[in-house]
Amino acid sequence: MSVRTLIFSLFLYIGWTVAAMAQSFAGLGSDAEGFAMPQRGYTFQFPQDHGAHPEFRIEWWYLTANLQSAEGTEYGLQWTLFRSAMEPTERAGWDSPQLWLGHAAVTTPTAHFVAERRARGGIGQAGVVADPFEAWIDEWTMAGADMQSVRLHARGADFAYEMQLEAQGPLIFHGENGYSQKSASGRASYYYSQPFFDVTGTLMLPDGPVKVTGQAWLDREWASQPLGASQVSWDWFSMAFDGGARLMGFTLRDSAGPDYTAATWIEPDGETTAFPNGAFFAEPLAQSRVAGRDIPSRWRAVLPDKGVDVTVEAMNPQAWMTTSIPYWEGPVRISGSHGGRGYLEMTGY
Amino acid sequence: MTRLGLAALLSHWRRNPWQFATLIAGLALATALWSGVQAINAEARASYDTAADVVSGSGLQQIRRADGLPLSIADYVALRREGWQVSPVLEGSLARGDSSLRILGVEPLTLPQAAVTGEAAVQSPFADDGIFNKPDVVIVHPEDVAVFEGQSVTLQTDAARPRGTALADIATAARLLQSSDNITRLLVAPDQPLGLASLPPEYSLLQAAPRNDVARLTESYHLNLTAFGLLSFAVGIFIVYGAVGLAFEQRRGVFRTLRALGLPLRNLMGLLAVELGVFALIAGAVGVTLGCLLAAALLPDVAATLRGLYGAEITGQLQLRPVWWLSGLGMALAGTGIAAAAALIKLARLPLLSFNHPRAMSMHAAGVGRWMAAVALGLFVIGAAIAMTGQGLFAGFALLACLLIGAAFCLPLLLSGALHLAQRFHRGTLAEWFWADSRQQLPGLSMALMALLLAMAANIGVSTMVSSFRLTFTGYLDQRLASELYLTTESQAEAEDILAFLKREGVTVLPIIWQELRIGGLPAEIYGIRNHATYRENWPLLASVPDVWDRVAAGEGALINEQLSRRNDLQPGDRLETGDMVLGVYSDYGNSAGQLVISDGLFAQRYPDVSALRFGLRAANPQELAARLDAQFDLEADALINQAELKAFSLAVFERTFSVTAALNILTLSVAGLALLIGLLTLATLRLPQLAPVWALGLTRRHLAALELLRAVCLASVTCALAVPVGLLLAWVLLAVVNVEAFGWRLPMFLFPLDYIKLGALTLLAAFLAALWPALRLARTPPDQLLRVFSNER
Repeated sequence: MSVRTLIFSLFLYIGWTVAAMAQSFAGLGSDAEGFAMPQRGYTFQFPQDHGAHPEFRIEWWYLTANLQSAEGTEYGLQWTLFRSAMEPTERAGWDSPQLWLGHAAVTTPTAHFVAERRARGGIGQAGVVADPFEAWIDEWTMAGADMQSVRLHARGADFAYEMQLEAQGPLIFHGENGYSQKSASGRASYYYSQPFFDVTGTLMLPDGPVKVTGQAWLDREWASQPLGASQVSWDWFSMAFDGGARLMGFTLRDSAGPDYTAATWIEPDGETTAFPNGAFFAEPLAQSRVAGRDIPSRWRAVLPDKGVDVTVEAMNPQAWMTTSIPYWEGPVRISGSHGGRGYLEMTGY
Repeated sequence: MTRLGLAALLSHWRRNPWQFATLIAGLALATALWSGVQAINAEARASYDTAADVVSGSGLQQIRRADGLPLSIADYVALRREGWQVSPVLEGSLARGDSSLRILGVEPLTLPQAAVTGEAAVQSPFADDGIFNKPDVVIVHPEDVAVFEGQSVTLQTDAARPRGTALADIATAARLLQSSDNITRLLVAPDQPLGLASLPPEYSLLQAAPRNDVARLTESYHLNLTAFGLLSFAVGIFIVYGAVGLAFEQRRGVFRTLRALGLPLRNLMGLLAVELGVFALIAGAVGVTLGCLLAAALLPDVAATLRGLYGAEITGQLQLRPVWWLSGLGMALAGTGIAAAAALIKLARLPLLSFNHPRAMSMHAAGVGRWMAAVALGLFVIGAAIAMTGQGLFAGFALLACLLIGAAFCLPLLLSGALHLAQRFHRGTLAEWFWADSRQQLPGLSMALMALLLAMAANIGVSTMVSSFRLTFTGYLDQRLASELYLTTESQAEAEDILAFLKREGVTVLPIIWQELRIGGLPAEIYGIRNHATYRENWPLLASVPDVWDRVAAGEGALINEQLSRRNDLQPGDRLETGDMVLGVYSDYGNSAGQLVISDGLFAQRYPDVSALRFGLRAANPQELAARLDAQFDLEADALINQAELKAFSLAVFERTFSVTAALNILTLSVAGLALLIGLLTLATLRLPQLAPVWALGLTRRHLAALELLRAVCLASVTCALAVPVGLLLAWVLLAVVNVEAFGWRLPMFLFPLDYIKLGALTLLAAFLAALWPALRLARTPPDQLLRVFSNER
């Protein structure tokens, strides 16, 4: 899910540029500020790697869920914690260079509720520890003894949720064993997921509490410079097909050259196949007027190698995230060669 | 024809450049005074808006610790993790040499949007001019840069920031203030999450201070400045009235000729309107420019006053705002329109073959005078009704307007009455002629005299208000600053050490201990005071029960401030919602919140967790004690404040206030003098036919000129005599109605007879100077000109 980078990097983009100008020497490369870079062949260490990696510039714990009430009403849910570092270190107190950002949302067929939290590191207001696992910002938490069983809580001015997540399958690793390339020139991130969570819980909405069940997908990713300067927007899909297989695919749109795509096919037992640039293809079929912009609300997504040719349609086209950096993120219905549900994220519109 | 007509009209000004200059000068002066005062007010208000955002908490609720101790980072994080959307603010002062600066540390990531209006650097901390853009960015007013010499910070100057307060990220502020863990207060965001738990008892939630507290406090001051500006403008408009009237009289012949030649009345009026409109724009532009200069000259004093009085920081620099230009030009146009309306109406009714007869004018004027007096009476009735039933600042303003316009409208009838009276007491041809002639001149001069009345009344009113305020404020300072030294300690431990030292030294220590609470749903403060003569001797009580201090000391009840008494209608003997009986009411200026005072024993019993960190010290030799304290305890720069210095500073601020008032006084009076001069000049040209026979009967020209001077001084004296009660009434309205409406306290009114005498003398001098030139001209009128009057009679 490395495309999510930009949400946060846009958030901090200008700060970084200036900091980079002030601290680095032109020509030494864009990673010359002492941040660690993802390496091919890295061996993940758990539970440590569930925690924060302050020596990398950006990192996130990104959870989306497709839910359903007893009456059959569909809902979408998002819980996201971003970390962004101004320096590759952590210090206690106000001086911490680690900044945190939380996004939470609930999408119903007719409404979309959003909340945002911001915090700085070093004082305990936000953070992630690996063992026992806890990721938090303010009172929002994603916590459990390990990644198998996780409690999830977040709330905003007009909504709240309490969820219990149980992993029904293994962690899966994108790209080359978790080393996920993001451009033809070799930019990359560490990227693994837990796409097999079963969810039960309660949504608190203006009309009252709703008991829901469903499935969730957690993305974990960290990097220091995963995107090129001209890679300014993206469309990212996570799909859970009816047969139990899953597909992650994204298109990174490049303002100065060809787009970059990648995909991971996940068998019901967790076995993965990574597809290189060009194997996955997505095209918008219809647009909706959202927050004063035209945003695709129906897509065709294709992965010929796996016989996938599906229509992906937004459950609620108005799932616009009115956060510091606004973007579209919401649940989708899938039909065509495969049926199912999933999540779609679109930025740069 | 129209072009010829315009040329003919304009030729008048070419032939009378001085008259033109007077018209422009009068209008420009009026506009200058008005727009200058407006500029000062606008600048100050803009500064309050900037200052009010983060400084005063921007209308947001705040959280502090219930036990009065400073908040820590742990408190902040604990509340955030409960879900409370709060944002920390760290405040402190940074001293360097004689100057000190308030540092305001904010946390841009969590700072509520509502708190940061106008602070781009905080709103988008990552932007080019953002607070995170470079290490340790401090945003500071250009004049405060010096304080940071030698500090390793990145200074960003911003002229729009209030002086004396620098804004920084909380990390930078903590470093500068060497306070790593403290938080001064937490701002509570307006939007809180669903199902938020209640605030833990160790914290207290303070209701939002009304936005622009500072602006509210200073409103009285600005109101007075505005009233002054408006009056100056009104007085200036009398000049324009005079100048337009004079030009009208002198061009009567031209008008007749043009009409006779076939120029339609409509076109003639149109031409005159265009002519005056252009003049108004020219004069308005000059006036606004002068106004800016005036404002720039006065602003530093005003700034110092506001800072000293209310702690309101305004920049000492003037920024040009387009709205002044527009409002200044608009005022000039409107003023000219009002001033010229009478002349234009007269022109519209002008019979083609009329001739001008002063006696007829005077007969007509008598009717007008009665009519104006009737209007004045109506205005007084309205004013009285407003005074009895009206509420709010607007009512105060309306009352002022009724009072002043009514008084001005009464003037012609009163003057004419006074002249009648004088005539009755004088026998002798010359005396009777003198008074009768004065009465005949009255219509031509009454506008100018009304201007003089307004100018003087405003002077008396405003200076009485300001001086009363000064006396009251001095008393208030004595009350609040009764101790010779004020000590602020940083911690309980430090306080105990110092108190032990002071006990050995035999110094009387008066702890200043307070707690915030709510009375009648509004924030208030409760203080515990020690039973000591300092309070008995210095606290003036507006109302009290017998033996009030003994009963307070015995814990039988509380003293409350005037605001609380007025707001909640509480009198001695009533019971407060805290259960305390009201034993007395004390005056309390410069504070809009309610206040209660109980004995320290009762306070300790009720709030056992609150301990005093501030103390008043009674010392025979404060300087020496301060030096020893400083040597012994290595105190922070502002931990010890000397009362004498504080008072001296406050009084110096007041003196500067008076310098502004004095400057405005003299300007207004000069404007009124100018109006009188123009009025007299207008009459001089018309009066020759009346003076010639007197001259022919044997009175020398010098004697006639002396009589002219005497008459001006007489009329001015009567006007002055009337101005004193009007001015005092004005002061009373300002003190007893406007202030009470605005702030909930009433300033006692003091009289300053010596000032009024001085002002009266100044007014008479202005009248004398205004009459001097026409009189000199009369004295030098060649006899043949006087003789020609008779040749025309034939």
